[in-house]
Amino acid sequence: MPLLRIDDIHLSFGGVKAINGVSINVPKGCIHAIIGPNGAGKTSVFNCISGVYKPQRGAVHFEDAKVTGMKPDHVTRLGIARTFQNIALFHHMTVLDNLMLGRHQFLKRGVLAGGVFLGPSRSEEIENRKAVEDIVDFLEIENIRKKPVGTLAYGLRKRVELGRALALKPKLLLLDEPMAGMNLEEKEDMARFILDINEEWGVTILLIEHDLGVVMDISHGVSVLDFGVKISEGTPSEVAEDPVVIKAYIGEEDDFLREREENARG
Amino acid sequence: MHYCGDYRTSYEKDMEILQTPVTKAFVAAFFLFLLAWPFVVKSEFLWITMQILIAVIGAVGLNILTGFTGQISLGQGAFLGVGAYTSAYITAKMGLSFWIGVPAAGVVTALAGMIFGIPSLRLKGLYLAIATLASQFILEWIFLRWEPVTGGSFGIVVPRPSIGGFAFDTDRSYYYIVLVIAAVMVLFAANLMRTRTGRAFMAVRDHYISAEIMGINLFKYRILSFAVSSFYAGVAGALYGHSLRYVSSEQFNIGVSIVYLAMIIIGGLGSILGSIYGAVFMILLPKLLTVVTTQLGTSFPGIAELAIALEQGIFGAIIILFLIFEPDGLAHRWKMIKAYWKLYPFSY
Repeated sequence: MPLLRIDDIHLSFGGVKAINGVSINVPKGCIHAIIGPNGAGKTSVFNCISGVYKPQRGAVHFEDAKVTGMKPDHVTRLGIARTFQNIALFHHMTVLDNLMLGRHQFLKRGVLAGGVFLGPSRSEEIENRKAVEDIVDFLEIENIRKKPVGTLAYGLRKRVELGRALALKPKLLLLDEPMAGMNLEEKEDMARFILDINEEWGVTILLIEHDLGVVMDISHGVSVLDFGVKISEGTPSEVAEDPVVIKAYIGEEDDFLREREENARG
Repeated sequence: MHYCGDYRTSYEKDMEILQTPVTKAFVAAFFLFLLAWPFVVKSEFLWITMQILIAVIGAVGLNILTGFTGQISLGQGAFLGVGAYTSAYITAKMGLSFWIGVPAAGVVTALAGMIFGIPSLRLKGLYLAIATLASQFILEWIFLRWEPVTGGSFGIVVPRPSIGGFAFDTDRSYYYIVLVIAAVMVLFAANLMRTRTGRAFMAVRDHYISAEIMGINLFKYRILSFAVSSFYAGVAGALYGHSLRYVSSEQFNIGVSIVYLAMIIIGGLGSILGSIYGAVFMILLPKLLTVVTTQLGTSFPGIAELAIALEQGIFGAIIILFLIFEPDGLAHRWKMIKAYWKLYPFSY
């Protein structure tokens, strides 16, 4: 049984149909990619999984639970973490605080214990700090742990956001364009992190990415969306050769250009 | 800012509020100084110090709500009032002890804050500010009209506290109560802001959608922030009422709310230390201006009236200039000064 089942979801905003009957199964332990042109509905699918949007029809199941209709914080507690296309870190907090915030659900102490600090609250902080430090080591961000995130460079922020998602100890990690706007070296680092998270930490990964080279290299399965409909699915090589996908991405030969060419030839 | 040589080898050390022995010694010395203060100064200055300490409690509370959670409140004045009236009713009308009245004031105000905080689930920024402004007017109206409890326009005369046979009826003895409560509450707030709840507040402030995705229940933390903040306001209001021995509605008008907002903006939003600086600044500045203008008036009798009239104007001008040149607040300025001297004379 797949870890995540998306069953025929429909989502529309007024007259705009963002998602029009998409079904995707993500098996446990794999890296699955969703690709498609701009406005295809990829991020909307993510929002339906994490509970930000509620699809009008269809449902999303994670393990045995029906995720659709749950509040985002509840979905997170089931073991689904995500990153955002436009970095959504807490800009005035330090890298450490951002990661510690990812541990929020594992900490239990409330206002009184927190205010007194000594005793249970402190030991809980230290315990989770250790978990966070493992992530800091893994992502090689030791030197920026105490810096406010707002002062960091773009590539590092993306890395911190990945770390924050990891701090949730997810079973499924949703990555929304983890490599957007990065240079080659940063992309290579990020690809390595994603592979390590998948292989060493055993986290299933669903990612949206526009860099097709990366997608073809690291993912086990690919789903292609266009105008809210799934137009193709399969292994990277199958998808790359699918004429429907090529049409969606590159388009058909342009009538206007062809006419002009013919006219020029006379 | 950590210069070479400041190494920490355990997470316990790394999480300390006061990181170096020098700061620890400094804070300890400052506290001892505050303990000795009543024996050093005239009663007039002691009174001002007491008002500053009370304002520190209120400002820390408002900073938790506005600076840390990002919810602007224009109702702090009224929440101080709820605390003052609660404690006044419990001590003067029910005849119970101050030691029940003050915590009860905190709890009742926290409940009031939670109720008036409900709009925050839908409203943000300036819209929330207007909603809290409404709470200010509603509460003021209640203070004036609910005569059986609040005494209406006559107000309530309240007693000073006592333990056993000892009455804290002088300013000097009452000062120590205020000092201890203020110190404990500031420490509590500093602890709260470095642990789970405080981080959740800041996350809600910085990016609420992403906070929710991280597993934070927005409803819970927005209301909790109002509760904690109002608890502080309630205790501050109660202490204020007992310090004046009299509670009436005009002590808690919209002007008070604005002064508190000014304290945390000038001191530094999202900084406990900033709330303290801001409270000191906003209480001392008008007093200093009064001293200066009366001095001017006696030295140059011709401009006596003018000098007194100018006082308010100068007060406003200083605040405006301050916000232009130091928008991040006194806490930030202090950090910059420390950083400068740490690297002096090689500032680059």
